[in-house]
Amino acid sequence: MLDIKPLKSSKKPDKHLASMLPLDVQDLVYEDRGNRIIRGVNLQIASTGCTAIMGYNGAGKSVLVRLLHGLLTPSSGTLKWSGEFTKDEIARRQSMVFQTPVLLRRSVEANIEYALQARGFNREQCSLRLEEVLREGDLSKLRKRSARVLSAGERQRIAVCRALAVEPEIVFLDEPTASLDPAAILAIEKLLQRAMHAGRKLIIVSQSIGQVKRLARDVIFVHKGNITEHTPVDEFLSTPRSEPARAFVHGILFE
Amino acid sequence: MFDVSSVTTAAMHLIASLDGVLLEIVLLSLRISISAVIIGSVIGLPIGAAIGVGRFFGREFSIMLVNALMGLPPVVVGLIVYLQLSRTGPLGSLQMLYTPAAMIIAQIILVTPIVIALTRQFVEDANADYDEQLRSLGVRGWAKLATLINEIRFSLITVILAAFGRAIAEVGAVIIVGGNINHVTRVMTTSITLETSKGNLDLALALGIILMLLALAMNAMATLVGHFGKVRSYA
Repeated sequence: MLDIKPLKSSKKPDKHLASMLPLDVQDLVYEDRGNRIIRGVNLQIASTGCTAIMGYNGAGKSVLVRLLHGLLTPSSGTLKWSGEFTKDEIARRQSMVFQTPVLLRRSVEANIEYALQARGFNREQCSLRLEEVLREGDLSKLRKRSARVLSAGERQRIAVCRALAVEPEIVFLDEPTASLDPAAILAIEKLLQRAMHAGRKLIIVSQSIGQVKRLARDVIFVHKGNITEHTPVDEFLSTPRSEPARAFVHGILFE
Repeated sequence: MFDVSSVTTAAMHLIASLDGVLLEIVLLSLRISISAVIIGSVIGLPIGAAIGVGRFFGREFSIMLVNALMGLPPVVVGLIVYLQLSRTGPLGSLQMLYTPAAMIIAQIILVTPIVIALTRQFVEDANADYDEQLRSLGVRGWAKLATLINEIRFSLITVILAAFGRAIAEVGAVIIVGGNINHVTRVMTTSITLETSKGNLDLALALGIILMLLALAMNAMATLVGHFGKVRSYA
């Protein structure tokens, strides 16, 4: 069982402030050099919990999550965030963890400090938040170590802590535990569970049914650039509607 | 006829005794090449970085051009600088021909494309690795470029060392624009050419040994920088 404790934070998530969720996505299309990768997607992302994005390799999951995060610009369609926020404010309320952690050639704490400074935390806030995050991520002993020489699990834990450190309303995660061992996965999932308990929204791309069961509230299944279903996780796992999703859930090889 | 062992002994004696002529030539060579590399780096690093991260019309052409300029024949560079600085040339009034300044200009032209091309490659590679993460954190523009340069700082030292290697070992351009004038523009490579033709093989060999040692020292420094970076996980 996961030992979940609420996230302690100097700045509690912005529950008292207006949320930019739910997110309403309409007719989202993304083309790259003539290839239509996302084909007119419509979906609504709920305000709380964890939404999992699943699908086969090359289905468009990573592209979809990058479009939602704003790293890619849609060819057409709209992303309608709730509330009255500027483009900059929307960007500052999100963070992302990539499948391969991208860490700077500096110490663990300097990597987290860099993110905090980039997001405009002042020196005092930065120092407070750094200590909290290092403690929560069990990184205190590694704080002075060079981030890039650590194990894959530790590096990804730093990346998750860095993403959470900036106190986002939404955290996008693109297969954050792919190729990690169970202990490293557990450590990262603990952090994600705490973040959810603290009210942060998670949108995670995952190939792991076990992980989706443990974390997600609803599942978006992407197949060949289309969303074939968007259902609560129990429903998705017990009665997947589409043929590709059924094959995916039951582990049947599918072309 | 000459005896290799006696020439070698005489050359070693010149080096060990810190011969005045030898020292003067070595110091002038270093002064000229270090000046050229500093100026070439000041010009080349920002241009290389800008091409590395920039997306502009003609970018591919500028990359091709800079890569081609890396292989500039030194004698051609020497000739072009000579034509510009000669008495009847457009910059003849500056009276810089056959001065160390002219040699520095020629070496700047030779090393700047190297600095630009290698910097562009390192910055572009770093940008490919870090772009999404930095944009996700909201780091853009100059802040992003500063972060990328900081990330590749040890690679950039290697770039500068490579440029210095090209400058210090070059002979074609500096002999044309410097003229190999004793006590004024005589550097190691031009002296080796002259002294060999005059039969002063001990001085030529002594300069050759020092040049080789400098090349070795450059490589050792590049290796040490790489090793230091790895130890600190910065390389």
